[in-house]
Amino acid sequence: MATRIDVTGLTAYYGKFKAVSDVNLTIEPKNVTAFIGPSGCGKSTVLRTLNRMHEVLPGARVEGSVLLDGEDLYGPGMDPVNVRRTVGMVFQRPNPFPTMSIYENVIAGLKLNGVRKKALLDERVEESLRGANLWDEVKDRLNRPGAGLSGGQQQRLCIARAIAVEPQVLLMDEPCSALDPISTLAIEDLITKLKSSFTIVIVTHNMQQASRVSDATAFFSLEKTGDPGRLVEFDKTSKIFTSPSQKRTEDYVSGRFG
Amino acid sequence: MSTATAPDPVVADDDRLNLRGATLPRWAPFAVAAGAVVVSLLIYLLTSVDSEIQILLMAVVLFLVAITVVSTVVEGSRRARDRFATTLVYTAFLLALIPLVAVLASVISKGASRLDLGFLTHSMNGIGARDAGGGIYHAIIGTVEQVLIASLIAVPFGLLVAIYLVEYGRGRVSRVISFFVDVLTGLPSIVAGLFILAFWVLALHQGFSGFAGSLALVVLMIPTVVRSAEEMLKLVPNELREAGYALGIAKWKTILRVVVPTAIPGIVTGVMLAIARVSGETAPVLLTVFGTNLINANPFSGEQSSLPLYIYSQAGAPQQVAVDRAWAAALVLIIIIMVLNLVARLFASRNRLK
Repeated sequence: MATRIDVTGLTAYYGKFKAVSDVNLTIEPKNVTAFIGPSGCGKSTVLRTLNRMHEVLPGARVEGSVLLDGEDLYGPGMDPVNVRRTVGMVFQRPNPFPTMSIYENVIAGLKLNGVRKKALLDERVEESLRGANLWDEVKDRLNRPGAGLSGGQQQRLCIARAIAVEPQVLLMDEPCSALDPISTLAIEDLITKLKSSFTIVIVTHNMQQASRVSDATAFFSLEKTGDPGRLVEFDKTSKIFTSPSQKRTEDYVSGRFG
Repeated sequence: MSTATAPDPVVADDDRLNLRGATLPRWAPFAVAAGAVVVSLLIYLLTSVDSEIQILLMAVVLFLVAITVVSTVVEGSRRARDRFATTLVYTAFLLALIPLVAVLASVISKGASRLDLGFLTHSMNGIGARDAGGGIYHAIIGTVEQVLIASLIAVPFGLLVAIYLVEYGRGRVSRVISFFVDVLTGLPSIVAGLFILAFWVLALHQGFSGFAGSLALVVLMIPTVVRSAEEMLKLVPNELREAGYALGIAKWKTILRVVVPTAIPGIVTGVMLAIARVSGETAPVLLTVFGTNLINANPFSGEQSSLPLYIYSQAGAPQQVAVDRAWAAALVLIIIIMVLNLVARLFASRNRLK
């Protein structure tokens, strides 16, 4: 059921500033694709264009096309709200809704979209929390606030919340950068597990993480500050980290650059 | 006492790390304060200065200077500046508390004796100028109805404006609205009363009524509600909005179910302040409600009374019985506002998860 994403000629702007220029890549279904690169190279921007979250910021716009199983997300008549139901997202900092309990957090996406059946919601909460490897830790306190969990648990709660709406694709914007190594490991295990049901795209600053969890890796870079970021190389992760075809990729993954 | 002595020469040896510092003992500020009071009292007794307020201020200034000097000598200039600032902050705190406590104390002491069940359940119908009876039943009804109607109009309206400004407003329209809200915030309350008097009461021939008063209060409430709700909504982290959007929740629903609930405790506080403020407004009510001694429970027709109006008319009367009634009414007004405040706070904290 997972979905393939074709990005063609994608250029993203923040107002007049061109953040990334002319990105072309294909994300395979039921794969983990990692975006790596130095700060400001536009990898997060590209990620946010994949579920039309980029345009939420004032003045931000996108050129080019993003095909989700052949349908252009930026084509006429596309509803960003429906796009985001299909392409879920997990953010850098865990952001559970502070006024909601753990239970309500998980089903927020369903409930606010009109699902009312208690039995279905109960079932989906357990399913999603199990899916996010969090069920055993919180099953006795589902009515406690989500903000009371530890950072790593909150991030898994956010993942549970994202998969509860049953998206096809899961985007993760540096999901481990605010977490300690143990929580990071828990999330990485989770990513490997989720791969069997979702297409996953992850932005990360941690190259070991990219090499551990991903099947394909895209390396973004920029010439100098103020220039738009570009996609330098996109290939199988094993190839990027062992024998990249571009000199700049090799410099970056071996730590000689940026 | 040992802490006040100069550092041991061995400790101050060049080979040691210099981590210690002389500190005044805990009782030193109190001793200095006592000294300042004694000196001021001596001045009071021995010189011709005979104003208690002057002496009190002198004691405060003396204390401020003395503690800074003592601290500079013993502890050095950095700690002395700290002491100076700390003392200033505490003094300001106590000074700010004086009017608050004084108002409460005088209203309670002068109003409590006249306050009884009869006072709360009777109007001023048939009470002559020199009669001791009468009550504020009609005024309570008027205030409650007018403020309630004003809140029912102003709170949803103000909240919607705030949501527009924070969540949707871009560019010129929102800047213009924001500007006019600022202008309205500074609007003198009597101007709001005059506006309703000229427009609603006279030009539209609606006559004096509790509802006309409510309209004047609405004009005063809206900017306060908008400003406070706007500030609270701005405090909601953008990440929560993005989390909502990323779940495929429509923007309006994200605002309604995520953003507003997160901001609601602060919004409730702002609304309460607005209600408290308009509950005590006299001028706009005077011009639009007119005032009466009779019970009129219908806010949409005929003159009503209200507590501020009642206090105003009774306090201006020459008879002591009327002034007593004014104090008791003031006490009731304060109690009503405090109870409202407590209820709202309770509601706001209930709404939050523990």
